[in-house]
Amino acid sequence: MSLRPATAEPRWVRTLLLAITMLFLAAFLVTPLVAVFTEALRKGVGAYFAGFNDPAVRSAIKLTLLTAGIAVPVNVVFGLAAAWSVAKFEFPGKSLLTTLIDLPLAVSPVVSGLIYVLVFGLNGWLGPWLKAHHLQVIFAVPGIVLATVFVTLPFVARELIPLMQEQGTEDEESALTLGASGWQTFWRVTLPNIRWALLYGVILCNARAMGEFGAVSVVSGHIRGKTNTVPLQVEILYNEYNFVAAFAVASLLAMLALVTLAAKSFIEWRMTSAPASPAVPGDPT
Amino acid sequence: MRLPRRQHSVLPGFGLTLGFAVVYLSLVALIPMCALFLRARGLGWAGFWSTVTEPRVLAACRLSFGAAFIGATLNAVFGFIVAWTLVRYRFFGRRFIDALIDLPFALPTAVSGIALTTIYAPNGWIGRALVPLGIKAVFTPLGVVIALTFIGLPFVVRTLQPALEDLEADVEEAAASLGASRPQTFRRVIFPAIVPSLLTGFALAFARALGEYGSVVFISGNLPGKTEIAPLLIVTQLEQYDYAGATAIAVLLLVISFAMLLVINALQRWSGRRHLRGM
Repeated sequence: MSLRPATAEPRWVRTLLLAITMLFLAAFLVTPLVAVFTEALRKGVGAYFAGFNDPAVRSAIKLTLLTAGIAVPVNVVFGLAAAWSVAKFEFPGKSLLTTLIDLPLAVSPVVSGLIYVLVFGLNGWLGPWLKAHHLQVIFAVPGIVLATVFVTLPFVARELIPLMQEQGTEDEESALTLGASGWQTFWRVTLPNIRWALLYGVILCNARAMGEFGAVSVVSGHIRGKTNTVPLQVEILYNEYNFVAAFAVASLLAMLALVTLAAKSFIEWRMTSAPASPAVPGDPT
Repeated sequence: MRLPRRQHSVLPGFGLTLGFAVVYLSLVALIPMCALFLRARGLGWAGFWSTVTEPRVLAACRLSFGAAFIGATLNAVFGFIVAWTLVRYRFFGRRFIDALIDLPFALPTAVSGIALTTIYAPNGWIGRALVPLGIKAVFTPLGVVIALTFIGLPFVVRTLQPALEDLEADVEEAAASLGASRPQTFRRVIFPAIVPSLLTGFALAFARALGEYGSVVFISGNLPGKTEIAPLLIVTQLEQYDYAGATAIAVLLLVISFAMLLVINALQRWSGRRHLRGM
């Protein structure tokens, strides 16, 4: 008979907890993921790939790539600027600024879309002016990009701020003392210090940008082949009872999610195994 | 931990970066949100009140709150068990399961929505097992609860994990050596230490569930007054060009979101951690 340490649970408790964990995660996480792929392949590989021959699907993929291609870089620039000012300097209203950066995460996606309809929509603030100049934001690509930029705004900044606060300003001060310019300091000292956190933020930002549904749905107008992103196209195919095609397109997004999770785990592992690796001397950049 | 820093930093770029961040944040987020509040002011208090007390709106809010609360509670219970096993036990596939916890963050909500609907439909993998029990999940409030539980799970697990990891083993050893049984140690030593994190996770899951749209609309069936959630009602009213109605409900949701944000900030200060990975 082996003695159980006083700070461990009896074996039956451990087994029970483990079984509950497995069953709960199977019912809520694993089955949905598996279902996406089995439903997509229900009628064979041919039917699966036929789903992508639809021009509407192709244009949805293009629009999603375009949207993420704008939203992610823009929010990277914002994240870097916000983190630099918040982490390296003291100023009044700093905690208010960091709270406001998190705001889009607290807002319902539908409300995120609605606020742009109220500004740029036909009877919104700028509606009459836009109409007079034959510009369209809502029910058009700019609205989709704007809504996506809004919902993905916090992701890079909130990864960078705590890390850069922790790292302090000594590295940058040394570089400046040694004669580096501000830009040189940023590129060769700060950026190498934060590269993993930056990549982490970019990956989360991209996943949300490509997958956003609610906010984009409100501003898109669902014009087939024009203002549908991939998630909106999934909804349209599903509502037309075209299940194989809907799940085939959805499987693209599920693969993106899996890649995101894998990249996230890898970066977490890198960040914990090599905490805040200093700028490598002789780094070719 | 915050160290006092010199008031005048030698680093360049303060004005440029802060200026850019503030202008960008204002243009993208703050000014459009002001548009919502100004539009709501146009309704007047009476107009706002009569909109949000319409039976259909009340039913939608009741469902949104109720389902979000039940979902967050389920997550508090099961998320705790999941976090506990992931932190305390070593078993095959632990790292894989740990990575999978973030799936609801990473999987686009529309995909989660159609996948959950397929599984819990009467001919689906899990729905089939529920039919003999007389339980209908799809197109009922239960479906809404299922979707909101799915979406909230990572919030509870990810806030609890670091709290459980930070628990010092010697405190438990001390309790045990002073004669406490394992259940007593859990109830009087471990549980009180993680209550702030558990509440934070609950609040985060609840806040997210209140506004959730994509994963719910497929499984709920969207019957007005029965399975229609508040965010969906906003969309419906927008489609009917009822901007006043949509604005009123949106303001209500937004005010509640702000309140939840304050509660969460307070809870996080209490539990001593501000940063939540991966939300």
